[in-house]
Amino acid sequence: MIEKGKRIFEYVFLTIVSIISVFPLYWMFCAATNMSVDVIRGKLIPGTALLYNFKNLLTAQNVSGAMINSFKYSVTLTLISLCICSLAGYGFEIFHDKAKDTVMSILLLAMMVPFAATMIPLFQMFSKAGLLNSTIGFILPTISTPFLIMLFRQSARSFPHDIIEAARIDGLNELQIFYRMFIPTMRSTYAAAMTITFMNAWNNYLWPKVIMTNDQSITMPMLVANLTEGYVTDYGMLMLGVLLCTIPTIIIFFILQKSFAEGITGAVK
Amino acid sequence: MSYSNNNLEMNTGISYSHKRLKLKTRQNLFGWACLIPAVILIVAMSFYPMFKALILSFRTGIGAKMTWAGVNNYVRMFQDNVFMQALKNNFIYLIIQVPIMLILALVLACMLNDRNLRFKGLFRTAIFLPCATSLVSYAIIFRSLFAIDGFINVMLIKLGIFKTGYNFLAFPNSARAVIIIALIWRWTGYNMVFYLAGLQNIEYTIYEAAKIDGASSFQSFWKITVPLLKPTILLTAIMSTNGTLQLFDESVNLTNGGPANATITMSHYIYNMSFKYVPNFGYAAAMSYLILILVAILAFIQMKVGDKRD
Repeated sequence: MIEKGKRIFEYVFLTIVSIISVFPLYWMFCAATNMSVDVIRGKLIPGTALLYNFKNLLTAQNVSGAMINSFKYSVTLTLISLCICSLAGYGFEIFHDKAKDTVMSILLLAMMVPFAATMIPLFQMFSKAGLLNSTIGFILPTISTPFLIMLFRQSARSFPHDIIEAARIDGLNELQIFYRMFIPTMRSTYAAAMTITFMNAWNNYLWPKVIMTNDQSITMPMLVANLTEGYVTDYGMLMLGVLLCTIPTIIIFFILQKSFAEGITGAVK
Repeated sequence: MSYSNNNLEMNTGISYSHKRLKLKTRQNLFGWACLIPAVILIVAMSFYPMFKALILSFRTGIGAKMTWAGVNNYVRMFQDNVFMQALKNNFIYLIIQVPIMLILALVLACMLNDRNLRFKGLFRTAIFLPCATSLVSYAIIFRSLFAIDGFINVMLIKLGIFKTGYNFLAFPNSARAVIIIALIWRWTGYNMVFYLAGLQNIEYTIYEAAKIDGASSFQSFWKITVPLLKPTILLTAIMSTNGTLQLFDESVNLTNGGPANATITMSHYIYNMSFKYVPNFGYAAAMSYLILILVAILAFIQMKVGDKRD
């Protein structure tokens, strides 16, 4: 009897938490498809004003520009970051010795450095180098992260040394072993790393806000934040902006949910 | 004959090991070559700026006309009411939000780890879903939900709880509460995933054995789950502390620091001090160093506490 009551409580509790988790996103979707007046009335069914909101949004903001920027920055960052960090993780694990382990533990300290502490010198360095409003400026500070290096280092631990020895005997050089043997075997780690890096790049707000000083270079999160300026809020338009900013990450979330979960927990196992 | 034969063998032996040595060095060099790009980037993009910020924090002035200021910036910080408020806010968020979130995440993870539970995947996906929204997006969603004409007020009026809309974001305590609610919404699922991963490493039979021995689920939670998950709990605590001390997006987009800087966070104030007001990089750098020191101290304390319970 108690057992059954506990079960029911669990289901009720999980259902309530699930509804609370999903509701704000559902509300955002409804608001994006309704007129602002209906949103204020508390309408909770998707409406037909999507095109109307879209038209308003396009006249108010350069959505396609921000969308292209966000994709350009995030995809470039993800590709370069994966190459550099996976190579480093591979090097740290496969060729590990005392010196490399020491270097790794020093790199891990960088995880503790709050971004606020490096933001101002980085801004000064980048503006001196003429990197404001550029893709390189966006990606440079986050290409190499201790987190990703650790993720790849951890997964390289399961990469059998026999394969490496066999490949060496077959006459492959070290770099070939890395991209012909290691990369294909570690596909799931790469998927996890890709998800996490893309999401972080897409959602980054503080750094682009610092270095993207002209309107042509802004990202989607910056555009959405700009929409809230002004006295009267057009909820339909605002939530459509939020929706557009969220769609790419939601799609990745649903396709790669498992590797996303592996990505955020992988480095700690 | 035999002598020369021996000699030959010795010679090849030497040249073989010599070749091996060369091979080893070459592999070792390749190993270092793998690391170099990543290491250079971290040094140039984290450690070097960190060092420059430290120097900057002892200087004052605008643009190129900076002068030595000694510890003035650090003294000024503690007389700056807005910064003190920001520091207090960060700690309010930390002390209230982090424990609630971590306990909730742990409870949810334990429930979802139950083998006999149905719709597990559905619940997990739903609770994890907030992680897919960007920080700016969810901050704006919550700001709209809690606005004076927002959904929460509309519902409260419809239900007859309020007569007119209550402007949650116009009063310090309710505005802080909204930020805390929003943070819990966004990050509980994230932490839950860590606990679920950690729980997979705990043998399920331990729970069954405990049950046979008559342990209640509350007891097995405290006596089995919490001790075995301690490393994961420690990690999530350090990560959340680190994240909470660096809050920025929420403060900017949910409340814009208002009303009258009552909800502003340290990072937000540092941003304003560097890029919004007349830039004072020296003072801003000094404030950022306080965050760095706080993060380090709190991580150290948590690790010490985490070790002690063994």
